[in-house]
Amino acid sequence: MKMATIGIVDYGMGNILSVKNAFEYCGAGVEVCSSPENLKVVEKLVLPGVGAFGDCIKNIKERGFKDALDEEVIKKKTPILGICLGMQVMAKKGYENGENEGLGWFDAEVVRIEPADKKLRIPHVGWNDLDFREDCFLFRGMPEHIDAYFVHSYYMKCVNKSDIAASFDYSGSFTAAVMKGNIIATQFHPEKSQDYGRKMLENFIAWNPKSA
Amino acid sequence: MLKKRIIPKLQLKARRIGGKTRLVLVTSIKFSEYIEIGDAVSQAKIYQSQAADELIFVDIDASLDDKVNLLVDVIRSAAEEIFMPFCVGGGVKTIDDFRALLLNGADKVSINTSAVDNPDFINEASGMFGAQCVVLSIDFKKSRDGNYRVWTNCGTKETSLDPVEWSVEGEKRGAGEILLTSIDRDGTRSGLDIETVKRVVDSVSIPVIASGGCGLASHFAEGFTKGRADAVSAGTYFSFKDENLMQVRSQVKNAGVPIRLHL
Repeated sequence: MKMATIGIVDYGMGNILSVKNAFEYCGAGVEVCSSPENLKVVEKLVLPGVGAFGDCIKNIKERGFKDALDEEVIKKKTPILGICLGMQVMAKKGYENGENEGLGWFDAEVVRIEPADKKLRIPHVGWNDLDFREDCFLFRGMPEHIDAYFVHSYYMKCVNKSDIAASFDYSGSFTAAVMKGNIIATQFHPEKSQDYGRKMLENFIAWNPKSA
Repeated sequence: MLKKRIIPKLQLKARRIGGKTRLVLVTSIKFSEYIEIGDAVSQAKIYQSQAADELIFVDIDASLDDKVNLLVDVIRSAAEEIFMPFCVGGGVKTIDDFRALLLNGADKVSINTSAVDNPDFINEASGMFGAQCVVLSIDFKKSRDGNYRVWTNCGTKETSLDPVEWSVEGEKRGAGEILLTSIDRDGTRSGLDIETVKRVVDSVSIPVIASGGCGLASHFAEGFTKGRADAVSAGTYFSFKDENLMQVRSQVKNAGVPIRLHL
């Protein structure tokens, strides 16, 4: 039986508390899922993440979340929101501190941001505006120009441009959000992006990809 | 386009209140005169409502003894009230301290004394949590011989390090950002040390936050236009209610610097 609304996947790496507080502020019920069995009792999932790609996928596997996530997200089509590293790990491969395989939900690789203007600084830290697809539910009700908060050195380079729901400009266009069926993921931090970020979390809470 | 950032700094100091030790909000002048001005979480909420781009919480005498737990308590309450990015520092000595702050809502952690005492700590933290989480905080002061030196332990201990060279080494070791504070300018409202800011900005390829000395809205604009800093942080300036983020933002915008105007 599905009990709580939002299940935050706690695989030991991530800003769980900020994500939990932000969803609770939006009025959602939140369950922190520290074991794979917990994933079955929630309606929607959030995969947060702070750290490096390799450690992230290692932790997900070691704690038994990989198969459980595949079961929930790919087989049962449970809606999921990936944030920052939680988005990156959904790619096939990541190149941070060596080559590692990800969850493979997106035909994409996670590579270092390389702006054309070499004077630009890495990590890409701060508020940058999003160029988003208007038909993407996450940005419903937003004005044309919104800023979101980023803090990262790597990004998801997608093979299928149709997976890209939003991008940002940093002397070159880079992926800010991806979407495919029941999966949405953001490189920026909606839970830290003040009012518009909170609106995105509300849009995720209200999202019903199965009826769309 | 990535916007330049304006970052209020919340300085905390331990006080005994009703038999319990708590962290209170203070302002400082040259890292020595401290005035208690209130509660950090309430002040953070005010900054959030003014759409500050980020916040920095720093326990300014935690490097003098072990008080990371007090800081974790403040951060945990702040994270319930504010939905914006923040960096936390003060007395962070171990990977466990680092993790505790990140788990309780911090997006970035700043290290200062512990990085000077053990530079490998920068590498370790960066390897574990990613460069984007590791802010190398550098407090510097002009010495009698005219050279600039890095000071640790909240401005009480002089080192032989040069702030520019230390920034470069910090970046090599994996720091993701530099928080550069002039002790001489701290709380004086006389403007940022633009020369040193510029020297550091030109020497590293990671973002630099300039701090220490903002007393006018135009000082922030100078930090961006002349110093070419990625962010400017101020404590004292924002602690007095007749001056605020709205004024600074319009001044910075008028100087032609890209910045977030409102939410």
